[in-house]
Amino acid sequence: MSGIAILFLILSILLIWGGLVASTIFLGLRPQVASYPPGGEDDHREDMGIIEHDT
Amino acid sequence: MADAKTAPAGGQARPREQWTGQVGFILAAIGSAVGLGNIWRFPGVAYENGGGAFLIPYLVALITAGIPILFLDYAIGHRFRGSAPTAFRRLGGPRGRWLESLGWFQVAIAFVIAIYYAVVVAWAVSYFVFSFDLRWGEDPAGFFLGEYVRVGDPGFSLEFVPGVLIPLAIVWIATIAVLAAGVAKGLQRTNVIALPVLLIAFLVLVIRALFLDGAAEGLNALFTPDWAALGDPNVWIAAYSQIFFSLSIAFGIMITYASYRRRRSNLTSPGLVVAFANSSFEILAGIGVFATLGFFAFQQSIQVSELENLTGVTLSFITFPAIVAQMPGGPIFGALFFGSLTLAGFTSLISVLQVVSAGIQEKLGISPRVAALTLGPVCAILSILLFSTTTGLLALDVTDQWANNIGIVASAVLMTILVVWVFRRGDVLRRHLNAVSTFKVGRVWVFLVGVVAPIVLGYMLISRIVTLIIEGYGDLPSWYLGVFGWGTVALLVILAVVCSVVPWRRRPDDFAPWPALPETKSEKEVAR
Repeated sequence: MSGIAILFLILSILLIWGGLVASTIFLGLRPQVASYPPGGEDDHREDMGIIEHDT
Repeated sequence: MADAKTAPAGGQARPREQWTGQVGFILAAIGSAVGLGNIWRFPGVAYENGGGAFLIPYLVALITAGIPILFLDYAIGHRFRGSAPTAFRRLGGPRGRWLESLGWFQVAIAFVIAIYYAVVVAWAVSYFVFSFDLRWGEDPAGFFLGEYVRVGDPGFSLEFVPGVLIPLAIVWIATIAVLAAGVAKGLQRTNVIALPVLLIAFLVLVIRALFLDGAAEGLNALFTPDWAALGDPNVWIAAYSQIFFSLSIAFGIMITYASYRRRRSNLTSPGLVVAFANSSFEILAGIGVFATLGFFAFQQSIQVSELENLTGVTLSFITFPAIVAQMPGGPIFGALFFGSLTLAGFTSLISVLQVVSAGIQEKLGISPRVAALTLGPVCAILSILLFSTTTGLLALDVTDQWANNIGIVASAVLMTILVVWVFRRGDVLRRHLNAVSTFKVGRVWVFLVGVVAPIVLGYMLISRIVTLIIEGYGDLPSWYLGVFGWGTVALLVILAVVCSVVPWRRRPDDFAPWPALPETKSEKEVAR
């Protein structure tokens, strides 16, 4: 392999796989926001619940 | 639109299905994004569009279009908590219920893609089995086109090919079983098992490929930059296309998946993990495929640049079998490659079909199981009738061209323009993302999805339409392209309209988005 090809192989790995590692670490360190706006409990009656039929 | 009941009739509302947690969602989203295109499309596209230099437009496309549209899908699905039709109907508000039709357009695209995508997964299943005795022999091209799919003249034949029909039926049975089991027990569980297996199998394949004679020359061909390519607009379009088609965006999948997240869920940070995981797999595939192609060139004492059939169906089902036949330990290598292709394809297939299933569940008020058991057989029959016959390969190729390059791209252009410019929801969706996520997005995100994405995708769409009209496709007769190509686009539009006018069993309009965000001046004007 030529030097420039090796360089771009390493660059690809560093940037793309590095992006994966960095985003995973970021998510691990900040899995959720410190405080949510009021509400937001999953009250499923607000959603269009799937209807169960008695058959 | 006909009246619909506002309360469930004959039953009680059941809680909306959910992923069991963040990891389950991330794995399912990665499973959807990592598909056949990662393995058979990215390596060839990168090689033909600047090699190492392709990294630059690829990263630019990922950051300026791929990730922003992924976030847009997440925001719509999570804020409006429904499949694509429900979410767009709620987004449109009282004056814009017609926006539901955009959701049905996306459902129609998913429906069409599912019925042919399953066929490729079935081919991969067959070739996984064929790998063990190298069934294709000395002539993989003749075997694939002649003996396996028995490709005939353009037309519509009912001469079924049992070698395709049987694995296709198996794929559909497995797909229906997964969908019927629901989001957590079906989709999530499948991905939790399949994704690690896929990763390990593909890693073993790549490591083996790196130790083949000529592997270094293959990598040299892939990663040597051609700087002149950066001045070619087509290379940039190729990068945007690759990112766009690879991430499973703009045709309902990520809207549907995000709607199954709890309200108090981080959206953007997992989105970054999904996007970079998808691209990481593409880089891995590039290394594995080109190391293998380097070996193939070495065996024939030619340069990698002299090789043909480096992308798509021909790469997977003609070039790779030829390589496997010459390789020490070929059966194991072949089984790893086609096993990986099967798993990558299957995890994407179930996500595509979930878009359709979720849409009809909400419209007709039926359970996941009923939806799977009614929708699945319809899809399976269409899939078998159209694509397991001697005319299946050509029909698949043409339908794929039109459904992807026109259907999905048009869907993305319409979505970005309607959401950002017509309904002015860009800022409220940005604030929604920021209210629940740890990675904050600035106003530049609205600019990227509202200006950059429609311009780039609009150019892609128009140039593709012009090319298909002027040059046709694959030397196929115009009547055939009219039926399977433009006919597919017409079918997408008809399905969108027809599904929109079917009455809801329970209209989804009595809904308050959370969090309640104060409307901006322009949003208030649109609401009036």
